[in-house]
Amino acid sequence: MIEISHVNKWYSPTFQVLTDCTTSVTKGEVVVVCGPSGSGKSTLIKCVNALEPFQSGEITVDGTKVHDPKTDLPKLRSRVGMVFQHFELFPHLKIIDNLCLAQTKVLGRPLDKAKTKGMQLLERVGLKEQAEKFPAQLSGGQQQRVAIARALAMDPIVMLFDEPTSALDPEMVSEVLDVMVDLAREGMTMMVVTHEMGFARKVANRVIFMDRGEIVEDAQKDDFFGKPRSDRAQKFLSKILSH
Amino acid sequence: MLGSFDFDVIRRSLPYLFYEGMTFTLTLTALAAFGGLVFGTAIALMRLSGYKLLGRIAGLYVDFMRSLPLVLVIFWFYFLVPYIGQWITGAPRPIKVGAFASSLITFIMFEAAYFSEIMRAGIQSISRGQPAAASALGLNYAQTMRYVVLPQAFRNMLPVLLTQTIVLFQDTSLVYVLSIPDFLGAASKVAQRDGRLVEMYLFAAVVYFTISCIASFGVRRLQSRIAIIR
Amino acid sequence: MNYNWNWKIFFEPNPMGTGTYLDMLLSGLALTIKTALLAWVIALAVGSIVGVLRTLPSRGAYWFGFCWVEFFRNMPLLVQLFLWFFVLPEMLPRAAGLWLKQLPNAPFWTAAIGVGLFMSARVAVQLQAGIGSLPRGQRMAATALGLTTVQGYRYVLLPMAFRIILPPLTSEFLNTIKNTAVAITIGLIELTGQARSMQEFSFQVFEAFTAATILYLLTNAIVVTAMRFLERYVAIPGYITGK
Repeated sequence: MIEISHVNKWYSPTFQVLTDCTTSVTKGEVVVVCGPSGSGKSTLIKCVNALEPFQSGEITVDGTKVHDPKTDLPKLRSRVGMVFQHFELFPHLKIIDNLCLAQTKVLGRPLDKAKTKGMQLLERVGLKEQAEKFPAQLSGGQQQRVAIARALAMDPIVMLFDEPTSALDPEMVSEVLDVMVDLAREGMTMMVVTHEMGFARKVANRVIFMDRGEIVEDAQKDDFFGKPRSDRAQKFLSKILSH
Repeated sequence: MLGSFDFDVIRRSLPYLFYEGMTFTLTLTALAAFGGLVFGTAIALMRLSGYKLLGRIAGLYVDFMRSLPLVLVIFWFYFLVPYIGQWITGAPRPIKVGAFASSLITFIMFEAAYFSEIMRAGIQSISRGQPAAASALGLNYAQTMRYVVLPQAFRNMLPVLLTQTIVLFQDTSLVYVLSIPDFLGAASKVAQRDGRLVEMYLFAAVVYFTISCIASFGVRRLQSRIAIIR
Repeated sequence: MNYNWNWKIFFEPNPMGTGTYLDMLLSGLALTIKTALLAWVIALAVGSIVGVLRTLPSRGAYWFGFCWVEFFRNMPLLVQLFLWFFVLPEMLPRAAGLWLKQLPNAPFWTAAIGVGLFMSARVAVQLQAGIGSLPRGQRMAATALGLTTVQGYRYVLLPMAFRIILPPLTSEFLNTIKNTAVAITIGLIELTGQARSMQEFSFQVFEAFTAATILYLLTNAIVVTAMRFLERYVAIPGYITGK
């Protein structure tokens, strides 16, 4: 589904954020990307739907080349759902309108169909009653669930999550993770940047560990948690799991 | 068009334009900025003093001045100042006030309203925690203002005050409506006399543009340096 | 003060034979408002385009926006009006210049366009700041949903940016009204101009200026009140803007 091969990215000639990153995500797979802050994991996931440009290497999503200038990027992005750390709901639109905007403007769905779809998804994330409210009237956890529903409304073939729970108050983390776990169990292809190792243990197929712009470890879940091969991954895990 | 462009008329009138015109413009700008700053500080302090009536009066003055076009204010003071002078000195007739004095008073009164607002915003931009922290350390009100609030506020508002002074520099051109030979007035006089409107107005535009550009570039540099210190 | 007040002067006929002196001032007010409204439409339209250009990733667009703003901000408005009124017709080909000079209502059109362009630079700066104050993720979220750049601005960035800059835009509109008075120098007999002619005809200086002052204050009050209503009308529930 997603093929990443030999991707390099520089912010400036002396500052390389991604170094020769190669990995893949197959259909129905859930891959968790972790690593210390500044390791390039958010940048890598944003390269997948071309929110961030990269200088060399190749990324293909469902056979479409992301780096090809001829690629219709809006069309590609409309098939790749993304959830952000800070939710990024559109504050001036009601919840239901947040869900309908891209459905109508990008996919060209008629408004009533978009609304029906939106309401179904809101019901699924447990927020049907909030449809007529504005984002600022919802809690962080509710906003993030809306953001997930907004991405799902586009019928994505893959979902990208960029630290979806790290801006949340601790008591709201689980309501978001529950939605993500359900999604994974239903067979959605997911690439998730997160520190939530409990989530990784529960539903991940593979875990990628990144440090200083490199993919240090790329292993099956049980291998990763059983016996990480690199020192850096071991250190990271011991820090993150000790408390 | 450019073929008939007469550079000589500019060259010939340079001494008049700069010795008389620009000197008037720059002197007016500098004195009005200084006076406006002093008077504006007084107004800002009145508004922040906590005395309701004092604050109300100062606020009314600021709102009043900021609601009126500068051109109208220039006319107001041009006709009013002689009568005020008469009232103060007790002279039998409205006293004669020179063009320079009249416009200086106008700009001081007008700019004070704008300067005071900049200063009020600058002082209010300091977070409430700062004076609280100062009092917690045992500083009194005057010390808190002098050593903690004002130094920070001044840093915040200096670039804005300077930018407002550049606006003032441009606005002084409006004394044109009193037929006073400031820089633009002088250029206009030559333009009418020699029938060279294109040359003189283009030249005036270039001069104003150059000075304002250099000044605002300076302000921007200052701003980035202050930002780094913080 | 030995000044002969005569407040009844407003109801005496003016020497132009267009009714009373009060009628004269009111017609001046009407012209002030007409000029200011047209100038404001120009300022908003042009300023919005230039402001958006200054936020695009393209270098060329940024530079065009930068030069536009610097050009109109670094010259006194009076000098700009002189350039449009006296210099421009001479710089054009003969026929076009002649046509411009013989245009009926030339002072009105020059004032509206001149003040409009002057104000467009300030609108542009405000809008740029407004767009810049939005979280970077908003643009990303719009892009990730597949919206094109134009759609992203139209449906996501601009609706928020304009709401945020509504208060400063109010004062820029008031500035536009005030700035039309500068056009007295190119022969536009707006409110200040009518007060000045009333003073010249009737010698009642202070009555004339007092009346003009009151009319300006009234106009200000009406605009401020109207904008308050607009602000309340477009306010987003739960969302707190800056101050």
